[in-house]
Amino acid sequence: MGPFVAVMFDGFAYGMLLFLVSVGLSVTLGMMNFVNLAHGAFAMLGAYVTVTLMNTYGWSFLATLPFAFIVAGLASVAFEQTLFRPLYRASDLDQVLLTIGLVFMAVAAVAYVFGTESQPIHIPDYLRGFITIGGANFAVYRIFLVSVALLVSVLLIAGLEFTRFGAQIRASVDNQRMARGLGINVDRVFAYTFALGSGLAGLGGALAIEVVGLDHSFALIYLIVMLIIVSVGGLGSISGSFVAAVVIGVSDTAGKYYFPYLGAFLIYLVMIAVLLWRPAGLFGKR
Amino acid sequence: MAAPPETNIRPQQFLAAQVRWHPLEIVFWVATLAPFYFFPSYLSLASQIAIAALFALSLDLILGYAGIVSLGHAAFFGMGAYTAGLISKFGWGEPLTGLIIAAFAAGLVGYATSFIIAKFRHLTLIMLTLGIGLLLYEAANSASWLTGGADGLQGIDIWPIFNTFDYDLWGYTAYTYSLVVLFLVFVATRRLIHSPFGLSLRGIRENAVRMPAIGAPSESHIRTVYTISAVMAGLAGALIAQTTSTVSLEALSFERSADVLVMVVLGGAGRLYGGIIGSIIFLVARDQFSGINPQYWLFWIGLLLVMVVMFLPNGILGGLARLKWLQRGKP
Repeated sequence: MGPFVAVMFDGFAYGMLLFLVSVGLSVTLGMMNFVNLAHGAFAMLGAYVTVTLMNTYGWSFLATLPFAFIVAGLASVAFEQTLFRPLYRASDLDQVLLTIGLVFMAVAAVAYVFGTESQPIHIPDYLRGFITIGGANFAVYRIFLVSVALLVSVLLIAGLEFTRFGAQIRASVDNQRMARGLGINVDRVFAYTFALGSGLAGLGGALAIEVVGLDHSFALIYLIVMLIIVSVGGLGSISGSFVAAVVIGVSDTAGKYYFPYLGAFLIYLVMIAVLLWRPAGLFGKR
Repeated sequence: MAAPPETNIRPQQFLAAQVRWHPLEIVFWVATLAPFYFFPSYLSLASQIAIAALFALSLDLILGYAGIVSLGHAAFFGMGAYTAGLISKFGWGEPLTGLIIAAFAAGLVGYATSFIIAKFRHLTLIMLTLGIGLLLYEAANSASWLTGGADGLQGIDIWPIFNTFDYDLWGYTAYTYSLVVLFLVFVATRRLIHSPFGLSLRGIRENAVRMPAIGAPSESHIRTVYTISAVMAGLAGALIAQTTSTVSLEALSFERSADVLVMVVLGGAGRLYGGIIGSIIFLVARDQFSGINPQYWLFWIGLLLVMVVMFLPNGILGGLARLKWLQRGKP
């Protein structure tokens, strides 16, 4: 019983990480239908901000996290305003090509600046070690991860549900033209949402270093997982992303633990099965 | 290269005008013989290019004509490569039958998956092609008893073509073989896209919902063209397995799907020659820059993609056509 609970918990923690990284992509895709493959690059940016602040300037891990969020968010707005905006009405292909081109450039630029080796990170002692409850070991860092992600989810859902800005986001996702007609500045709502989503990706990237490591290919490797979560969860749905991230996180971790020969097979299979069953994703409306 | 249709032209005449060979096309195909005389030391590269061009042509058929964005086209390339490699490993090294069997196997997978592909559009479609591609990659990785896994497929032995032409170190046979296959497939594709079927594909690309209303069943047309494209990709994969005598997991990888997409877009999608021109530029550039760290090569590819999307929406050939059109517009 012990190992099973531990594996489930690890999977859940991994899923929470995936949720943080991909929730922004889901909302922005749902709002503008913009296929932003560069989302992973902002997660990678946040991770490198944390690594640089810690290793070069000697900051503590927790102090770097807000900066990972802010830098990734600001950088994303700069790209949104200049490169992405003209492409909102372009074809899928153009959007895919432009954003994957940016990912390639980001990967190469990081390899140039930081090298291709894996980046070391030393998390503080109070986040290390294990707590044993009922015969199962729980890593302290993963408990921390789950707490942060749950806190963020509660804030997100509450913000979306109970604030004016949240209502504007929901209106823009549900019916962009109607929202414009009611005087909502959809472009500005979108820019803020984009920044928020990319900031969360940056935060998720920084938190992910300890779990999955960090090197220059981060943006490409996790891009695929992010897209899987978004399409399984359904575009524009926060609860959908949450459920999808947990499903993918648990099935990946459990799959690697119980069926190691299957490799990453399982999550691709889960994705294809879900999309065949519900083409718009679990919680998608379109 | 659509000529502006004149008024009062009968459909048959329009199609016939499209099919006629342009002098530039003949010049182009004669120029493909140049490596034999002028760059004999680059024949292996030329053979790689011919194979990549065939693969790009197969993607162009579904991307440029039917409007299906695929991020997993390497699935069929790899399927062809592994089939051709495996049958020669298990004792049948005759290349031409191997080629046909490999193409058939790839086509079978293409036909099976086309039922899924034809039902979806937009992001779901992109994700499904990506997912199917990754699934095949992981399957080949897991089945290492059959495919050799990450070490690649060892022990491929291809017999001489027609029992006469053996593979040489310089690639004379390899290039001739690849070029002949490329040319034959090209002629067939050219015929296909100028047929009424090809025209209805373009209609589907523009509006898949309306086409059935004028008697062109979108779904079954997409299934057909997707299968044909898979067969072509399988041929390209089989060629690479036979001419290099190795198959590695790279043949199924996401990078290969992404590379071929870059080639088609660079040259210009939906223009028949776009993929060929794109693959020539892409592979020659990569060969020339191979001294540079491959990490930095990725940067230039990325920049190229951004530039093409921003400034050359229809690729190089699209840009050239536009130039010509502007010139003609001036009195």
